[in-house]
Amino acid sequence: MEHLSAETLARAQFAFTVSFHIVFPAFSIGLASFLAVLNGLWLRTRDGTWLALFDYWKKIFAVAFGMGVVSGIVMSYQFGTNWSVFSDLAGPVIGPLMAYEVLSAFFLEAGFLGIMLFGREKVGDRLHMFATAMVAFGTLISATWILSVNSWMQTPAGYAINDAGQFIPVDWLEIVFNPSFPYRLLHMVLAAYLTTAFVVGGVGALHLLRDRGDATARRMFSMAMWMAVLVTPIQIVAGDMHGLNTLEHQPVKVMAMEGHYDSHPDGAPLILFGWPNAAEKRIDYAIEVPKLSSLILKHDWNAPLAGLDTVPDADEPPVAIVFWSFRIMVGIGFVMLGVGLFSLLQRLRGRLYDTPWLHRTALAMGPSGFIAVLAGWVTTEVGRQPFTVYGLLRTSDSLAPVAAPAVATSLLMFVIVYFFVFGAGVFYILRLMNRSALTAMPGDDEGPLRAAGPVSRPHKDGEAHHAV
Amino acid sequence: MPFDLAFVWAGLIAFAVLTYVVLDGFDLGIGILFPTGRSRDDRDVMMNAVAPVWDGNETWLVLGGGGLFAVFPLAYAVVMPALYMPITLMLLALVFRGVAFEFRWRTERWKGVWDTAFFGGSTLAALCQGIALGALVQGVEVQGRAYAGGWWDWLTPFSVLTGVALVAGYALLGATWLVLKTEGPLQDRMRRFAFRLGIVTLAFIGVVSLLTPFQDPVYFQRWFSLPGSLYTFVVPLLMLGTTWLLYSGLHQRKDLQPFLAALGMFVLSFIGIGISFYPMMVPPGLTIAEAAAPDESLGFALVGALILIPIILGYTAYAYWVFRGKVRVGDGYH
Repeated sequence: MEHLSAETLARAQFAFTVSFHIVFPAFSIGLASFLAVLNGLWLRTRDGTWLALFDYWKKIFAVAFGMGVVSGIVMSYQFGTNWSVFSDLAGPVIGPLMAYEVLSAFFLEAGFLGIMLFGREKVGDRLHMFATAMVAFGTLISATWILSVNSWMQTPAGYAINDAGQFIPVDWLEIVFNPSFPYRLLHMVLAAYLTTAFVVGGVGALHLLRDRGDATARRMFSMAMWMAVLVTPIQIVAGDMHGLNTLEHQPVKVMAMEGHYDSHPDGAPLILFGWPNAAEKRIDYAIEVPKLSSLILKHDWNAPLAGLDTVPDADEPPVAIVFWSFRIMVGIGFVMLGVGLFSLLQRLRGRLYDTPWLHRTALAMGPSGFIAVLAGWVTTEVGRQPFTVYGLLRTSDSLAPVAAPAVATSLLMFVIVYFFVFGAGVFYILRLMNRSALTAMPGDDEGPLRAAGPVSRPHKDGEAHHAV
Repeated sequence: MPFDLAFVWAGLIAFAVLTYVVLDGFDLGIGILFPTGRSRDDRDVMMNAVAPVWDGNETWLVLGGGGLFAVFPLAYAVVMPALYMPITLMLLALVFRGVAFEFRWRTERWKGVWDTAFFGGSTLAALCQGIALGALVQGVEVQGRAYAGGWWDWLTPFSVLTGVALVAGYALLGATWLVLKTEGPLQDRMRRFAFRLGIVTLAFIGVVSLLTPFQDPVYFQRWFSLPGSLYTFVVPLLMLGTTWLLYSGLHQRKDLQPFLAALGMFVLSFIGIGISFYPMMVPPGLTIAEAAAPDESLGFALVGALILIPIILGYTAYAYWVFRGKVRVGDGYH
């Protein structure tokens, strides 16, 4: 029985805390943009349905964003507590990028979040719209910097190494715009949008199943299905480009994704499914399409593809995890495409709101984006192993000098607290979603403000009406 | 050197940490005082006195951590393992109190649970921050480029003392903030709390100040030989002056003055620690210059900091301005 080393525990802790964390930004990046669109539509049309949708998703956003903030604070200290050698060595390059993320994004989001949530009556519509847009903009800036950091760890560029073994910056443009960054950024932002679209679509579908006439449910479902049919194809193309970029810079990761233990000198098969056998270094029970992998990756039936047999064992990532997580991500992507096309068909036939099977499918697909995002991150992060800075710094050489019992204790605490706290948070979000947004529609008892129609709201505090 | 980037950055990090301490200080302080809210309305008002700004306040903690990582990676790499347990506990405590801002409005049955989480999380976070500070003052054992001590080194009578002291200090900041933001019986009660907490905080500052010079001969030298000993007179005098401002403000029932005076006490304490530490980044052995990242990193990050920090201060001030004035029952969007 292998004992749990400090390294294994530290990896488990980072994987656990970052996996919990990424779920919330993946949702709030898309939701912040969605809220900005909803608020813009309300201001333009003064149609109360848009405002009801804005207020409905605003509450859900607040809960999700709060969880993203607190789990994110943890991340900014995880590098030091568990990976201090990595921090010392890579800090001069990636540290400033993270400082830029804090300065340009976190403060922007936090500064305007309060106004977005609490301030419509206090600052007026225009500034409130500005604040809402700034929150959305902040989430995108944040994604940009942190994906630059992650991409640099995957495809390091623009650096030198000093006497202390530290990576030191030589060319900041090369560092920020390292080879995998543009692809990863596009792929992740689209993933965040799709994740949110399917959540919104699932909630819309739930309420359509209960009441086809629910005006708020119709609107959110329609918007979500437009996103599904328009963005999923773009995402599949972006993912393919990202994969080709990975093949160029991290070929070993692609070998693991494809399950190519052996080299194929004249055309590699695409293994659809199978059971990776690490001991025998082969895929058992493989269902494969001959030469298709070479066609996809090299655009040539007969192009040779090297396999893991060309790589020293000590440099191989864990194949089974990468193999499966990649298939889960791709599989969900194609199911999303199917839902999008199904919805388009029903829309063209005028039956978008009258097809319970579509609604049931969309409801079931509600959480699918989160699974795809997690599977995608597992693919790229586990695929980077056994390195933290790809090819240059090994994970085993990145560890903090902290005793295993300390890491085990803190890991246990994180697991207990996260399941308890975020479990409760997800429960509250689901309960909010279970209510129809119709309950947020302006009614007769909402005071003179809304009944009076498109008048500007009072700008002075004190008099303002507060919705409960 | 005419323009030393590492020195400038040490000042900026110190500024970020100080800003964090005073902003999240009153924020955590309200959590510490939360059980003293007698009714649900009291507690609603107390929480809403910080709800629109707490997230921004805690962002300064991320800047403190992220900034240290960016410009003093060696200090970050040494301090985090040394303070492993207090930092981890602080982060978990911040999780509890952070989510309470939203969760307590989303449930009736569990409202008490999240009220307790808000209090417990705020108190534990404050305690851990104080312990971390005390452990840092006592010094961190370094060999080569890494922490060389054990995972319980941080726990000493002195660090526990600084931990409890910070809880009292944050509670003082929280009470004076609530004096500013509330009215009626709640404000009167907070004024009485501020009165007592001021005495307690001052006593703690006195004890910690007396003990600090004995934690490291360097500190002793600093405070009890020229030119440092000049500060030994000036800082306590200024402290007495701000204390007088605190009590005259409370006595004359002023809204803002007690809070500003409490802030002044924190700033002076912080300056005192700075005088002890300089030129060390991590006492006893790691200097600012040694811990600094190369100039290429410092310069690149400094450009962003000099452009963005004034903008951040601008819109943060704006957010505070928007939510100025008294918080009343029923405010908020929930």
